Amino acid sequence: MKVLVPVKRVIDYNVKVRVKADGSGVDLANVKMSMNPFDEIAVEEAIRLKEKGLAEEIVVVSIGVKQAQETLRTALAMGADRAILIVAADDVHTDIEPLAVAKLLAAVVKEEAPGLVLAGKQAIDNDMNATGQMLAALLGWSQATFASSLDIAGDKARVTREVDGGLQTIEVAMPTVVTVDLRLNEPRYASLPNIMKAKKKPLEEKTAADYGVDVTPRLTVVKTTEPAGRKAGVKVGSVDELIAKLKDEAGVI
Amino acid sequence: MPSYTAPVKDMQFLLHDLLNVTATGVAGYEDLDEGFTGAVLEEAGKVASAVLAPLNASGDREGCVLENGVVRTPKGFKEAFEAMKDGGWTALDCDPDYGGQGLPYLMGTAVGEIFVSANMAFNMYQGLTHGAYSAIHTHGTDAQKVMYLPKLVNCDWTGTMNLTEPHCGTDLGMMRTKAEPQADGSYLITGQKIFISAGEHDLAENIIHLVLAKAPGGGEGTKGISLFIVPKFLVKEDGNPGARNAVSCGKIEEKMGIHGNATCVMNYDGATGWLLGDLHKGMRAMFTMMNEARMGVGLQGYAVAEAAYQNAVAYAKDRLQGRAVTGAQNADGPADPLIVHPDIRRNLMDQKSFVEGARALTFWGAHMIDRSHREGDAAAEGLISLMTPVIKGFQTDKGFEMAVAAQQVYGGHGYIEEWGMSQFARDARITQIYEGANGIQALDLVGRKLAQDGGKHVMAFFEMVKAECKAHDGDDRMTGFVEPLKAASKQLQAAGMYFMQHGMKNPNAALSGSYDFMHLMGHVCLGLMWTRMAKAAHLALEAGKGDKAFYETKIATGRYYMARHLPACAMHLARIETGAETVMALPAEAF
Repeated sequence: MKVLVPVKRVIDYNVKVRVKADGSGVDLANVKMSMNPFDEIAVEEAIRLKEKGLAEEIVVVSIGVKQAQETLRTALAMGADRAILIVAADDVHTDIEPLAVAKLLAAVVKEEAPGLVLAGKQAIDNDMNATGQMLAALLGWSQATFASSLDIAGDKARVTREVDGGLQTIEVAMPTVVTVDLRLNEPRYASLPNIMKAKKKPLEEKTAADYGVDVTPRLTVVKTTEPAGRKAGVKVGSVDELIAKLKDEAGVI
Repeated sequence: MPSYTAPVKDMQFLLHDLLNVTATGVAGYEDLDEGFTGAVLEEAGKVASAVLAPLNASGDREGCVLENGVVRTPKGFKEAFEAMKDGGWTALDCDPDYGGQGLPYLMGTAVGEIFVSANMAFNMYQGLTHGAYSAIHTHGTDAQKVMYLPKLVNCDWTGTMNLTEPHCGTDLGMMRTKAEPQADGSYLITGQKIFISAGEHDLAENIIHLVLAKAPGGGEGTKGISLFIVPKFLVKEDGNPGARNAVSCGKIEEKMGIHGNATCVMNYDGATGWLLGDLHKGMRAMFTMMNEARMGVGLQGYAVAEAAYQNAVAYAKDRLQGRAVTGAQNADGPADPLIVHPDIRRNLMDQKSFVEGARALTFWGAHMIDRSHREGDAAAEGLISLMTPVIKGFQTDKGFEMAVAAQQVYGGHGYIEEWGMSQFARDARITQIYEGANGIQALDLVGRKLAQDGGKHVMAFFEMVKAECKAHDGDDRMTGFVEPLKAASKQLQAAGMYFMQHGMKNPNAALSGSYDFMHLMGHVCLGLMWTRMAKAAHLALEAGKGDKAFYETKIATGRYYMARHLPACAMHLARIETGAETVMALPAEAF
């Protein structure tokens, strides 16, 4: 079985995000970028499937700016076999919307014919949580989202999903799209020999036009703002004053 | 608890803007493109931040414990050591014929800094193993290489270096440990060695001790010394550890810092050893380890300062105390953060400008080592031989000073153990002492290295500085760099001249100034590096490359070093020129 893992280059989760002065989005100039953490979990799961003998080849694909090469090399260093980069933007600030990404991935799936697509449940930059679902719909495949465990047996995949208030276990028919959640695994560190090998693994570069997909945005960003800062508190002089404030001003008692 | 983030951006700047590695033509450097070095440094940084740094403070608190002859390292060290081995990090610059990754020494230096900053005591287990690897790789027979190197490369076995004895450290000629030749070609080693870092521990299945001892017929003093391989477990024919050798750890020392590393008294009671290198030429073989170790300790000096600095900056931005003298900068808060205050700035700038300058000098030195080893470049070898005592002595003195400066930012919170800043100062302290105390480094520099090969290397250094000044003559962008460097270089030459004029007839006159000379030369070296970095930053800015703020910060930091550190050169020269008179004025009884 071949496993396809889409990976996105996003702002590093350690970076304090700053909004651009004109409110058009987040400032990404010279900011540290890394692989979306959920995608890292998906790559790790694919490698584990390969180590268990359930997968033969892992293909990682990224869609975005040319610098996403680095993200793909990271996945190759972890243990993916080859990479496809679909260059669809020149500017790091251009985000490709989920539907366009899903269409491109669907085109890649048609070419590569994987038995499984393992994706992050969402990217930590825009938190859309839509691409995996859209991809399953476009392909007419089953889908299992928010996976916290995955067992593949023959033509079925048993997936435990993290849902509100508990866990749900479902069985889906293969081929399928699985989107992974935080607790599925803990991604490995790439070893030095694998980082060196990753340099020589194939990385194919394509464009959105090669797949005949229009990536023009359909959504308009009206504005982006930072969360309001915490307001200064007040010191109360007595318990009575506190109770009065909770009652009259806060209205909580 | 302190945290650590690898300074990948600064390292990338040094590799690609300053040294321009892929264009140097050094064998192996062609693979060091920006993407590759970035991937390596980022991944090393992840391991350092997530695996090693969290064990730094706990390892310090817990220390090592000796029970029934077995040393237990702090909790988590074993797992972290396995992670380092699994990641292939221990093999980074080792020979591919023995399982190494074959990357240049320069990459080993960059990655080494990251691991040392995260956890110096832990990283020593691997560092000493690398030293043993190098000594056997350089001086071992083919059979010895096959037997030991693959295991040392992947750290299944670790290494030690055994020089010091209770009554002799610096003066090894007085050594008592004996080696008696046996009929089968082996030797029986008897004696006691002290201060043996990583002498005994639970991280590896075997420990390969490299031991200096006196074999019969070698004459007096250091001439009679040979180097021996003494494994903790004798190696069987199949290459696996077999019977226990007669070597044991008698005690582990209580010490000021690096508690996570076991500092052992090692007893050799007729232990079986094998000669490494030529008989009675042990000092030469040991110096293969020693020179590498001195570079490594020079690196430790600024690497610990880097970790301390990162935390000092975070604290200075977070801690609210007092108002900025020019008006409140955090009007909504009860006070301004420490970083608004000029004296805190001075402190942080001292640290930042030293650490970045020392990193540049160390990377440059590593590049010289690659030039020497990979290209047979004799000039590079001469330069690094000259600079090794400067890198070791100056960078560790300053590194300790800066770790203390970082501690100072915390006020009382730096002095108590809770914040972890005291550990940086305590850990950094040893770097001034081991692998040749810094006074010995100064002696090596002035007494040996300056005159080496007829003074050829120091002349080459002066020429290098001169050429750098000349290259930027009249370049407005470089104001604030060229003049101070020129002045400092002249002061260094004047000091050298003083030694030449007075040293022969009064050696005390030269040696009374040797320590100042080492510092004077250290400042000139860092001034040279800052000048080069400023130029590289200007070129990058003009090319519109990357992060403008980064390059501007680089230039501003360099200006600070030139303006605030280089004036020390005049002081050092003034001291040197007073000679021995005041230093040696008192008879010993007057103390």
